[in-house]
Amino acid sequence: MVVSRFVPGRKRVGPGIESLTVTFGDRGALIRARGLVKRYGDFEAVRGIDLDVPSGEAFGFLGPNGAGKSSAMRMIACVSPTSSGELTVLGLDPLADGSAIRARIGVCPQEDQLDVELTVRENLTVYGRYFGLSRAECRSRADELLDFVQLTDKANAKVESLSGGMKRRLTIARSLINQPDLLLLDEPTTGLDPQARHLLWDKLFRLRQQGVTLVLTTHYMDEAEQLCDRLVVMNDGRIVAEGSPTALIAQYSTREVTELRFGVGHHEQLGGKVADLAERIEVLPDRLLLYTDDGERATSEVAARGLRPDSVLVRRSTLEDVFLRLTGRSLVD
Amino acid sequence: MTTLATRVLPGLPAGFGGGKLIMRNYLVYRRNWIVFATGFLEPVFYLFSIGIGVAALVDEFVMPNGQVVEYTAFVAPALLAASAMNGAIFDSTFNIFFRLKYIKLYDAMLATPLRPWDIASGEIGWALIRGGIYSGAFLAVMTAMGLTGSWWAVLALPATLLIGYAFAGVGMALTTFMRSWQDFEFVQLTILPMFLFSATFYPLHAYPAALQWIVEITPLYRAVVLCRELVTGALTWGSVVSVAYLVAMGSAGLYLASRRLSRLLLT
Repeated sequence: MVVSRFVPGRKRVGPGIESLTVTFGDRGALIRARGLVKRYGDFEAVRGIDLDVPSGEAFGFLGPNGAGKSSAMRMIACVSPTSSGELTVLGLDPLADGSAIRARIGVCPQEDQLDVELTVRENLTVYGRYFGLSRAECRSRADELLDFVQLTDKANAKVESLSGGMKRRLTIARSLINQPDLLLLDEPTTGLDPQARHLLWDKLFRLRQQGVTLVLTTHYMDEAEQLCDRLVVMNDGRIVAEGSPTALIAQYSTREVTELRFGVGHHEQLGGKVADLAERIEVLPDRLLLYTDDGERATSEVAARGLRPDSVLVRRSTLEDVFLRLTGRSLVD
Repeated sequence: MTTLATRVLPGLPAGFGGGKLIMRNYLVYRRNWIVFATGFLEPVFYLFSIGIGVAALVDEFVMPNGQVVEYTAFVAPALLAASAMNGAIFDSTFNIFFRLKYIKLYDAMLATPLRPWDIASGEIGWALIRGGIYSGAFLAVMTAMGLTGSWWAVLALPATLLIGYAFAGVGMALTTFMRSWQDFEFVQLTILPMFLFSATFYPLHAYPAALQWIVEITPLYRAVVLCRELVTGALTWGSVVSVAYLVAMGSAGLYLASRRLSRLLLT
C-alpha cells in the first residue's frame, strides 16, 4: 500500500520518506486494533478486542446497549484515549496524531449534536471551517451535501424546525464535509421511522459505492444485514463472533426457524415436548424458536403431537438468531 | 499525564484553532444584535444614574493621592471595570454551560482536528472581543462626558481586555464544574458583593484597617483601581501588581478550563 496523501503533522523519517509508509502495513487496514481495552474506573466497557477494517469495507458492530460498541467507536474517533492495547487508525496513533486522524474521518454521533444556534447551511459551512477548509470550499461542499441529503430547500431553516430524520441526514452531511476516508456512524437510524431509515440507508449505500469506508454500530439486525460487508457481534465488551451476515447465519444458525406462540407462561414447559424436532430450540417468554433446516416439517410434527399453538411462523434465520445463540439474549430489549 | 499533556497543550496548530470558534460565535450574534446591545447599555445606564442623581449629593471627591475629582469621575472607571467583569462572566458561564451541556457544541467540535485548547482559547478570545467593544464604547461615553482626566486613559481599553481575560478564564474553568443551572447562583453570590464592595462606589479607606486587605485581594478591586489609576493618570506600583494579578488569574483559568474540557469530553 502506497500512501500518496500527505498528512500534516507527521514527522518525516528521511528525505521525502514519510514514516507513514512504514506504519501503514496490513494491506491498507484503515483500523487495526489488538487487545483494545477501555476502562471507566472499575468498569471495563471494552475488554480486549482485535479488529482489522480494510479500506472500502462497510463494517459493523452489532450488539445490545452496553455491549461496548460506542466506547470502541469513540476510541477509533480519537475522542477517547485507549486504556490498554494497540490501536491504529489510518495507520496513525490516535494518541500522538489525534488531530491528523480526525482531519480525515467523519463522525456521525449517536445524538445529533447539531449546532442549534446556526442555520442548516451554516451547520455545514462552519463545521467545514473547523477542518481548516477555505470559505469557498465550505460553501460549495455545503451546497453539494445539502443536495445529496435532500435538504436544499431547508438551507436557511433553523435546526430545531427539522424532523428527526432530517436532523440525522444533516448530521450525516456534516460528517462528510471534509470528504472523509473513513465514516464512523454510531447507531445512525436509532429512533427514526421506517421511511426515514430507508432514505438514510440509501444515502449510506451510495457512499459505500463511492468507496468510503463505513464503520457503524447498530442494534438492528436488518440494518447490519443491509449495510455491512462484515460485522462483529459484541457482548459484554467482547467480540463473540465475526464474519459476513450470511456467513454468521450459516455458522451459528439453521436455514429456517419455526416460531411457535402459545399462551404466555406455557413456553417453558412446552419446550421439552418439541425439543427433539429441531437441531436446537430457544425458549423466550413470548415464543418458542425451533431451529431447523425444514421449518414446514417441524410445524407439521408439532401439530402431529397434538399441540395447538396460537400462531406459527416459519421464517429464514437472521442475525437476531445468531445473537440469541451467542449471547442468550435478544438484541433489542 | 503524557496523555493529558499532548491533548491539552497547544502543540503546533496550523493557524489559530480558536479563531474558528470566534467566527462561529460572530455568526450567531450577528442575528442577535439586541442581546449584544443590552450588554453595552447596562453600565451606561448606571453611569447616567450616578452622574445625574447621586453625584449631585456629593460635592467633590479626594482621590487617595490627593487629587480632587467629581464623584462621577471617581465611579466611572469602576463601572468600566465592573462591566468588563460582568460581560466576561456572562459569556464564560451561562453561554458556555449551554454549549457544553445542552447543545454539545464542544463534543461536535472535538470530532474535528480542533482540540480542547482551541475551544478554551476561542471562547475566551470571543469574550474579549465582545467585552472590548463594550468597553471601547463606554470609554467613548466617558470621554464625551469629560470623565477621562489623562492620556493614560487610552490604556484603560487594554486594561479592560485584561480584566475580561482574567474573569472569562476563571469563569469558564468554574463552569466546567457546574452541574446544573442552580449552581450559577454561586456565581451571582460572588459577583454581586464584589461589585458593591470592591471600592467601586467609595474608597478603600471607608473600611476598617482589618478589613481592607480582604477587599484588596479580590480581583474586582484590582480591576477597579487599575482602571481608576489609568483614567485619572494616577499610576502607582500598585498598577503593576494589578496587571500581574489579572494576567496570572486569566492564565490559570484558561489552563484549567482547557484541562477540564479534556477531562469531561475526551473520556
